[in-house]
Amino acid sequence: MYGFLIAVGVLLLLSIIWMVYRIQTLVSVVKGSDKKIATGSNKVNAILFIVFLVAIGALMFWYSIKEFHNYHLPIGSEHGVVTDRLFWITMAVTGVVFLITHVLLFIFPYKYQYKEGRKASFYPDNNKLEVIWTAVPGVVLAGLVISGWMAWSDITAPAPEKAHVIEIMGYQFAWDVRYAGKDNVLGDHDYRLITASNGHGIDFTDKNSLDDFPAPKIVIPKGEPVLFKIRARDVLHSVFAPHMRLKMDAVPGMPTRFWFVPTKTTEEMRAELDDPEFEYEIACTEICGRGHFSMKKVIEVVEPAAYQKWLTEQKSFIQMNPALAKGGEVESKELAEIK
Amino acid sequence: MATATVANHDAAAHDHHDHEHHDNFVTKYIFSIDHKMIAKQYLVTGIFWAVIGGFLSILFRLQLGFPDMDLEFLRPLLGGWIDESGKLDPTFYLALVTMHGTIMVFFVLTAGLSGTFSNFLIPLQIGARDMASGFMNMLSYWLFFISGVIMFISLFIKTGPAAGGWVVYPPLSALEQAIPGSGLGMTLWLIAMTFFIASSLMGGINYITTVINLRTKGMSFSRLPLTIWAFFLTAVIGLLSFPVLFAAALLLVFDRSFGTSFYLADIYIGGEALPNTGGSPVLYQHLFWFLGHPEVYIVLLPALGITSEVIATNSRKPIFGYKAMIISMLGITILSFIVWAHHMFVSGMNPFLGSIFMFLTLIIAIPSAVKVFNYLTTLWRGNLVFTPAMLFSIGLVSFFISGGLTGIFLGNSAIDIQLHDTYFVVAHFHLVMGSASFFGMLAGIYHWFPKMFGRMMDARLGYVHFWISFVGVYMVFFPMHYIGIAGFPRRYYSWTNFAFTDMYTDLNMFVSAAAIITFAAQFIFVFNFFYSMFKGRKASANPWRSTTLEWTTPINPGHGNWPGEIPTVYRWPYDYSKPGAEEDFIPQTVPLSATPESNLPHEQEQVKLELEIMKEEADLLEANESKA
Repeated sequence: MYGFLIAVGVLLLLSIIWMVYRIQTLVSVVKGSDKKIATGSNKVNAILFIVFLVAIGALMFWYSIKEFHNYHLPIGSEHGVVTDRLFWITMAVTGVVFLITHVLLFIFPYKYQYKEGRKASFYPDNNKLEVIWTAVPGVVLAGLVISGWMAWSDITAPAPEKAHVIEIMGYQFAWDVRYAGKDNVLGDHDYRLITASNGHGIDFTDKNSLDDFPAPKIVIPKGEPVLFKIRARDVLHSVFAPHMRLKMDAVPGMPTRFWFVPTKTTEEMRAELDDPEFEYEIACTEICGRGHFSMKKVIEVVEPAAYQKWLTEQKSFIQMNPALAKGGEVESKELAEIK
Repeated sequence: MATATVANHDAAAHDHHDHEHHDNFVTKYIFSIDHKMIAKQYLVTGIFWAVIGGFLSILFRLQLGFPDMDLEFLRPLLGGWIDESGKLDPTFYLALVTMHGTIMVFFVLTAGLSGTFSNFLIPLQIGARDMASGFMNMLSYWLFFISGVIMFISLFIKTGPAAGGWVVYPPLSALEQAIPGSGLGMTLWLIAMTFFIASSLMGGINYITTVINLRTKGMSFSRLPLTIWAFFLTAVIGLLSFPVLFAAALLLVFDRSFGTSFYLADIYIGGEALPNTGGSPVLYQHLFWFLGHPEVYIVLLPALGITSEVIATNSRKPIFGYKAMIISMLGITILSFIVWAHHMFVSGMNPFLGSIFMFLTLIIAIPSAVKVFNYLTTLWRGNLVFTPAMLFSIGLVSFFISGGLTGIFLGNSAIDIQLHDTYFVVAHFHLVMGSASFFGMLAGIYHWFPKMFGRMMDARLGYVHFWISFVGVYMVFFPMHYIGIAGFPRRYYSWTNFAFTDMYTDLNMFVSAAAIITFAAQFIFVFNFFYSMFKGRKASANPWRSTTLEWTTPINPGHGNWPGEIPTVYRWPYDYSKPGAEEDFIPQTVPLSATPESNLPHEQEQVKLELEIMKEEADLLEANESKA
């Protein structure tokens, strides 16, 4: 019944709008205003552009300023400071262009709205002007590109030798982490070796793999370079650590990497944000299937001393499951050394 | 003078050049080879797909804006994709996103836009009877139609349509184990796209051939309206890039069905290691974006061409920097082929390649900037008439600026690390190519509706449509910049799993509400379109007082467009408000010799030449007639 009433109401409303519209059309035909080049609505539209400029412009700026602390994520890495600076420089440059062009775009319609008897000025070209506005964006863009290129080269340069090597492997729908262990070298892997107990497909015949250990979360030391070696087991994934300003695809069959230096421990960040719950997170940013939105891993940044202590507490794959070594040609002496 | 020309043609309309009366219903409305009818077929199909594509986006916006909402009321439509608790299935969410992208990019903004306006305007504006090959043109539409039917069917199959994102990156799109949509749904997607590519190649070859070969007397390339330049370059881009997508799709078909390893390597899925080794998923991305990026300009250039025409006409001013506009379009055309890898900065490709593509990408911003400045200068000191088409064109320029500027962030590989695949990207491309092209298409429809159907669309409904859409689009896509900067990733079913994204429920709700309103407002247009087609006010011959050739045809042109001789062109298409001229526009068909009062010095010099040519031709005609 209620739905029926609403339907009747909507129908009535529509028919009233319809009648008003028809009457208006007929009136305009009688008045002959439909033959005019520009009617009163021309002026209304011109004014609406100004209203739009002021209202929407104000809304954008008000919200951008009010929400800044919300959408601006705190930075947790060295290169993040650089890329964020580039971001805000670009924002300033484009912001000015955005403002000027839009003010002109919406003021011109008001200022130059149709007036009977006036003639638009015949102004087909001006080479000087065009050279200027080709050259100026060129120079500005060159500046932006060069600073971006320098930052990009630094970020993608080979990782320092001493960087802590950590492997992140994406699969549907989680991340698995493997530390390189004492030797800081990851053992070989082969996807054909993957079994229920060896999810990484680690080749335990490679001596480097003997001290490799898994971890439920990524623990890294503050102020020291960390190298993520990234791979995927099934489909594409992408490692995204928003606070670290870090993103790199995980590609099956092609290892990728990203190195960075964390600058604030999780504790420091919690204190700074006054949020005892804060954690550095890793999310997936390459569509990978049903659970794409839930591939979470936590990064914990700690002081270097605490990191060293944590390292000694970890157990290698072999220690946790000696059966893994079976079938390999690992000499028991080496195994004993690790134990 | 304008009236004189028009009157001439009205007189000629009584000649027996009418081809219409041989047509029956099937050859006139279904298997038509008249470019105008084919254009209308494209247009109506495009509108159909736009409604479907828009509706799919409303479905996933419901999920994003109102995650707790009970969607039980959608069960009659979506069936099993609504689970027992009344929630949208996460896999189907991905399918919705995928199909929304595919439909909008290919079916609406490529076929609906280029297919409609290239077909409609090229012969009319260059002075041709029809396309170079009418039959191929018909084939082009019907291949598109078949493609659409297959894609439409894929929406309803049990395992759902393709769901790997509109870019359909393998291995996700290659492995049925990875997502159900990669089964039959993906097969249908690939078949549909194959038909689509064939269709757009046939269209493109036709557009290019027609523009090169069938221009009327006097219609040199330097006298072509910018619309035609845009359609011509668009067709060139399509012709060069679509075959690469076909290659990419073909290799994907091989990987999916015949056990090859072009894109697959070292995969362990569903408890087993696949035999494929040596392939590279990144190879697919290179091939895909070799089309994918030019595709952006395939979508955008026609819209910019339409806008140039509409803005010049309704500003009553020549377009500022006609040559500069052509050069920037040429620049965009060439550069569009060498920027594709900016979609792949963090795909794992060599970072050095990333630097190269960053340089190339930011160069393409320059011709785009030039175009914006030229539009602004065209408005400056004009005499602006706000027809709905003009409003949508101004809206397009605004979106082009807003979305273009954010491209400068994304084209910078260092900044892109953070922004890649976040909502910042979504905001960027929905403004610069999505909404801008969509507005270009609407501007074109409002502007050329009188030529298409001989009737006017209602202007006031057009105004209402414009203002709701214009504000609506900004309300939908502008907030996405904020959530993008905050790092919200794309294609997420829900954001509550992460602390850094577990906010802005209010903003997402706002965006969804705005999207629903904006979508609803499009039905004002749909109504206006179909109602005016039959009941609209009768149009006059040249309702916008425009200079270009299409307005010299009869109000309802038959097959062949001009009943008599095809008019000759004597001047460029932008003689608006020429000093000295009586009217504020001089059609292209008016000889320079007829307007001594308004000719510029260099034009006055051409008058002599023009008169000589005209005399020669008159002699020739006489000679021919006496022979006969």
